[in-house]
Amino acid sequence: MSPEDLAEALQGRFADVGLARGEVTVLVEAGAVPETLLWLRQHPDLAFDLLACVSATDGPGADPRFWLTYEMRSMQHHHRVRVKTGASGTDPRLPSVAPVFPTADWQEREIYDLYGVVFEGHPNLHRILLPEDWEGHPLRKDEELGGVPTWYVGARVPPVDQRGMA
Amino acid sequence: MSAADGREMRGASGALRDAATGELRQETMIINMGPQHPSTHGVLRLLLELDGETVVSCEPIIGYLHTGIEKNTEYRTWQQGVTFVTRADYLSPFFNELGYCLGVERLLGIEAPERAQIIRVLVCELNRIASHLVWLATGGLELGAVSVMLYAFREREIILDVFEAITGLRMNHAYIRIGGVVMDMPQEGPGKIRNLLRVLPGRFDEYETLLDDNPIWRERNEGVGVLGAEQALALGVTGPCLRAAGVPADLRKDIPYGGYETYDFDVPVQTAGDAYARYRVRMAEMRESLKIVRQALERLEHTPGPVMVQDPKVGWPSRLSVGPDGIGNDPDYLRHIMEESMEALIHHFKMVTQGVAVPAGEVYSAVESPRGELGFHIVSDGGHRPYRVKIRDPSFVNLQALPLMAEGYLVADLIASNASLDPVMGGVDR
Repeated sequence: MSPEDLAEALQGRFADVGLARGEVTVLVEAGAVPETLLWLRQHPDLAFDLLACVSATDGPGADPRFWLTYEMRSMQHHHRVRVKTGASGTDPRLPSVAPVFPTADWQEREIYDLYGVVFEGHPNLHRILLPEDWEGHPLRKDEELGGVPTWYVGARVPPVDQRGMA
Repeated sequence: MSAADGREMRGASGALRDAATGELRQETMIINMGPQHPSTHGVLRLLLELDGETVVSCEPIIGYLHTGIEKNTEYRTWQQGVTFVTRADYLSPFFNELGYCLGVERLLGIEAPERAQIIRVLVCELNRIASHLVWLATGGLELGAVSVMLYAFREREIILDVFEAITGLRMNHAYIRIGGVVMDMPQEGPGKIRNLLRVLPGRFDEYETLLDDNPIWRERNEGVGVLGAEQALALGVTGPCLRAAGVPADLRKDIPYGGYETYDFDVPVQTAGDAYARYRVRMAEMRESLKIVRQALERLEHTPGPVMVQDPKVGWPSRLSVGPDGIGNDPDYLRHIMEESMEALIHHFKMVTQGVAVPAGEVYSAVESPRGELGFHIVSDGGHRPYRVKIRDPSFVNLQALPLMAEGYLVADLIASNASLDPVMGGVDR
C-alpha cells in the first residue's frame, strides 16, 4: 500500500494519523500501544508482522517529556507505519509490548537502561548495555557528560557540550 | 556446583557420583562462555546452564563494547555523525553510512546525484561480500574448517584493497556523506573492481566445492539452530536468517532505496531455517551482489556528473583526494581556499565547523545490511546537530534468537548457531 492509501485506511480507526516525507505516523495514548500494534498485525490488509524498531526521544521541559516510537513493517505488503506515544517526565511508564512482540524484549530493556522509561509487564526489565550498578540514564538530555582529566595538574578536557564549538 | 568440596568421586564410568549415596549427580552446571572467547564473535558473554553437554538455558549478556555512538552524535554536526555511525557494525561500515545519510537526506528533502547513487550501491554490495566472507571465515574456523578461514580472509583482503583505493581506508571509511559521496571513484577503481569480478566467482566455487557436500560441514550445520519463519518474525530476526526460513524479505526489493529497484538481481531463499540453510543463502547472496556490482560498474562508465549535491548550503565544500596516509584535502583545493578566494575559505570554515541545519522532523530510514534490517530513527529539532540518532542494528535484534536456537542442543551446536547468526558486537553494543 502506498503511504497515502495507508494513511487513509488508518484514518478510519485512529484519530491522529500523520503523513510526512512518505512516512505514516499514528499517534495513540500510551495505554493503547499494545492493542494498536496487535490490531496492525492482525488486520489482513495491513499485516504489520514485524515490529522493527522501538526508539525513544527525550525532550526535557516538554510534556510529554519522552516520545516512544514503534516502527512496524509488513513483509507481505511491503509498507511501514510508525506508532508514536508519549510518557511523562515525572514517572515515565507505559505498558510493555514484549509479551506479544518478543522482539521488543531487548529493545525495551535498552530504552529502560538509557532513558529510565519503565515498561510495565516486561518479563525481565533490567539494564542491558550498561552495568547493573550504573547510576542514571545516559541518553537523557540532562545527564551530565563529564570531562576527561589530563596529565597536566589541574587541567582537564571539558565535556563536549562545554567546548564552545558549533 | 563445585569440584573442590570433596563430596564427589569419579566412578569407573568417569561420571560424577555423590560420595554419600553413590548416586549420579543430577544438578546442572552454570558456566560463563566469554566475554573473551574465540567463538563468540567479539566480546559477547553467554551465561550457560549445562546438563552435561546439553544447553539447558542460555542468556546472552552484552554491553562490553558499548561506546555511546548514539549519544556522541547528539554533540557533533550532522556531517560528523557519519564518522560515528560507520563504527557501529564495523564489518558493514558502508551500510551504516548509507542508512544514516539516506535518513538525513530525507529530512533535508534532497537526493544524491545519480553517479553518487551508483557508487553507493557498488561499494555497499562489495561490502556485503566482504562481510559475508568474514562470516564464512570465522564460522568455518569455529567448526574446524581452518582452510576456509584462510581462503575467505584472503579474498576479503583484495576487497579491502579496493576500498582503500576508493576511500583511502580499509574500514570505517566515512565515504558516503550527506548529499552524495565524499569523492569520485579514482581512475584505477573500475579496473580493480573488474579484477574482483574476474577472481571472485571461481573462489566462491572453491568454497562450495569444499563445503557444500562436506560430510562434517553438513553434520555440524544441518538441523542445527533451527529458526522457523514465525519464530524469526516474532523475534524480529531479519536478513539471511529470515530468508533461510523461507521468507523472501529483502528491503532492496520490498521497499527499495538508493536506486536498487533498477538493478536486476534475485533474493536467495531457503526453507529449512537451519545453519546450513543460512550458509546456502549467504553463499548465493554473494553471487547476487557480484551481479549488482557488474551492473553498477557498467552504469558508472556512462554516467558522468558530480558525486555531491551542488547546493552549497548542503554539500560538503572541500575536494578530497587519496594521499599516502588516507583521504585528505586535495592540494589544489587547499591552494584555492588558502591563497585565492577568501569567500571560499569562509564558506569552507562555516560548513566544516557549523555544518548544515536540518529541518525539524523525524524519519526512519532502513537499509538491507548483510545482517538484516539496519534502521536509523533520526530526529531533528531544526538545528545543526542531530537531536536523536537511534540505530536499529540487526545484530542486536537477531541476537535475541540465540537462546531459542541453542536451548536443548549441544554446546558444540551453540557455536554453530551463533556463527550462523553472524552477530557483530560493535553493532550489538554500539
